[in-house]
Amino acid sequence: MKNLFSKKNLIWLGTLIVFFFLVQFLIDARIIIPYHRTILYGIGIFIILGVSLNIIIGITGQLSLGHAGFMSIGAYSAAIVMQNMPDMTGLLLGMLVGTLVSILVSFVVAIPTLRLKGDYLAIATLGVGEIIRIVILNLEITNGASGISNIKNLISWPLLFVFVVLAIVLSANFKNSAIGRACISIKEDEIASEAMGIHTTKYKVIAFIFGAVLASIAGSLYATTYYVVKPETFGIATSINILIIVVFGGMGSLTGSAIAAIFIGIVNMLLQSYAEVRLITYALVLIVVMIFRPQGLLGSKEFGLDKILGFKPPFSKRLRKEKLK
Amino acid sequence: MKRLITILAIMMMVLGAMTGCGPAEAETIKIGVNLELTGEVSVYGTPERLAFQLAVKEINAKGGIDGKQVELVVYDNAYDTAKAVENATKLATVDNVVAMLGSATSAPTLAIGPVAKQYEVLAFTPSGTNAKVTMDGDAVNPWVFRACFIDPFQGLVLANFASNTLNAKKAVVMGSSSSDYAKDLAKIFGEKFTTNGGQVLTVEYYTDTDTDFSAQLTTIKGLGEFDVLFVADYAARAGLIIGQARAMGIEVAIIGPDGFESPDLNDLAGGAANVNNIYFSTHFSTLSTDAKVQNFITAYTAETGEAPSALSALAYDAAYMLFAAIESAGTDPVKVRDALKATTNFAGVTGTISFDAFNNPIKSAVVVKLENGVQVEATIVNP
Repeated sequence: MKNLFSKKNLIWLGTLIVFFFLVQFLIDARIIIPYHRTILYGIGIFIILGVSLNIIIGITGQLSLGHAGFMSIGAYSAAIVMQNMPDMTGLLLGMLVGTLVSILVSFVVAIPTLRLKGDYLAIATLGVGEIIRIVILNLEITNGASGISNIKNLISWPLLFVFVVLAIVLSANFKNSAIGRACISIKEDEIASEAMGIHTTKYKVIAFIFGAVLASIAGSLYATTYYVVKPETFGIATSINILIIVVFGGMGSLTGSAIAAIFIGIVNMLLQSYAEVRLITYALVLIVVMIFRPQGLLGSKEFGLDKILGFKPPFSKRLRKEKLK
Repeated sequence: MKRLITILAIMMMVLGAMTGCGPAEAETIKIGVNLELTGEVSVYGTPERLAFQLAVKEINAKGGIDGKQVELVVYDNAYDTAKAVENATKLATVDNVVAMLGSATSAPTLAIGPVAKQYEVLAFTPSGTNAKVTMDGDAVNPWVFRACFIDPFQGLVLANFASNTLNAKKAVVMGSSSSDYAKDLAKIFGEKFTTNGGQVLTVEYYTDTDTDFSAQLTTIKGLGEFDVLFVADYAARAGLIIGQARAMGIEVAIIGPDGFESPDLNDLAGGAANVNNIYFSTHFSTLSTDAKVQNFITAYTAETGEAPSALSALAYDAAYMLFAAIESAGTDPVKVRDALKATTNFAGVTGTISFDAFNNPIKSAVVVKLENGVQVEATIVNP
């Protein structure tokens, strides 16, 4: 508790409040027009997805290619619950159902697959994503290939903001907690951390479930933003798009994922009018950035306002850093 | 301090990019196009775009609408519902279009519907067949129209065709139990055929993954004489059924919906020699002798280098119906919607079109006959 009101936290809190009201003001003043708002919602959803996958890939070092599968669990849960309860309660209830289902699914999936490593794990998670999609495609309640339409649109800037901030804060706390430290050690060297007494499978499973739950929440927001959910939306292409955000922003950097999601969202928006060259230009931008920043935009560092504004960390912290070196 | 300036500069750039949209020009009539131009179903979106462009080129060559040139604002939604929503929002609020055309498939159109309703700009899909596309829950979405008939409608047309043209009295129905397409078609066909005085002997179901239909066909053969076999499915199964039925000596006419129309049908049926006495319903046939259709085929082929498909024909009709609505109502989106809704007996290349209460077209369908795997005859059938 002693660090809750540290200078760093207060700066972040202040910035968030200012940012929230600034955007709200711009929306009210119609400087952010409805079109930009839909872009903003898309970016917010992809920030949550990027951050959640970063927990699994960047922090814990487990390459997962089935993230869109967990997103679809949240999206379909919200869509199904909101068929009968088209209001905020329905959305939150759907989110809760999605969270519970994705905990269950990711737990069942994680225990066998996370014993695999590297390429094998990537292929296994790829398979999981496809299995979830095929199950949804064949279930009665998900309405098969036609998907669910006419989902009530409840997204708004405050709602999005709350969940994006919640996702980032929870992830940051996860990263900085004992569990997160254990996960980082697994990424650095699995054998060494096992030798240190870390139960590697347990921590990998925890990280996997954590990421899956956040993805499911992002999926619920997706459903209420875009009116329609269909199985194709949650295929391998979406998993790869989320992976791009993680790699682009820097593996292990949560703020990097957020910045990458914003960057990619804006690039996509600016390219929208050029249907013919959109995909080529998008790929070129990614290639150029990866050539000049192979470690991603931020590498494994975090973007910190305290660092930019020139505040030095407290003496004790600096001392600890010295010791670590 | 230097870093602070850099950050401010970046923020300014981002804001500049977000607000850097010029004012709309009033000299042209802007029509939005929101189609699948890339991605897995770009084969549907691309011919529709070509047809829209052809229609616009023709009307502009004639001096435009009320002296104003028509301009298309084209965005690609890549069969992604999120992009479809973003595009529709941009068309309606930034580009301030008079109306929106698209999308080609149902899923993006279902996502466009609520946006069209919210910003009160109509969306007109040439080929979104899902019944829910023009619906908003249980009521009609007054802002969404379509130019194609919906799937179950083909059941009506085919039942009429079987009763009136083929003079069939006894029918047998086959369909996939795992698709709504088949179930709806089989149901509507059965009802109408019975009303017409016919009798459906049996409905045999199979699943989408089946490739051997001998069990169902043996049952059917054991029923004795019947006049027509209705296969409510796509070419992937219909082709196999045709081949296996002919091999078992079932020689009656086989009829089916637009799913039959596929370049693979002959191969699946075991060769063109098996594809005799086959009829399927569709939106459009190049065999039609109507002058309007032939002119369209000539113009489209000259413009694009390929023959028009049903999709391009539907898109062409959608564009001209919209032009007619704009001509009579001006450029106010609400008045254009009302004018489009009031369309009666519009003579298009896919038939004579009016709208019903659910913004679905009331129009004739074309039933095409296949002999030796080749389209030989097209009959216009009214519902």
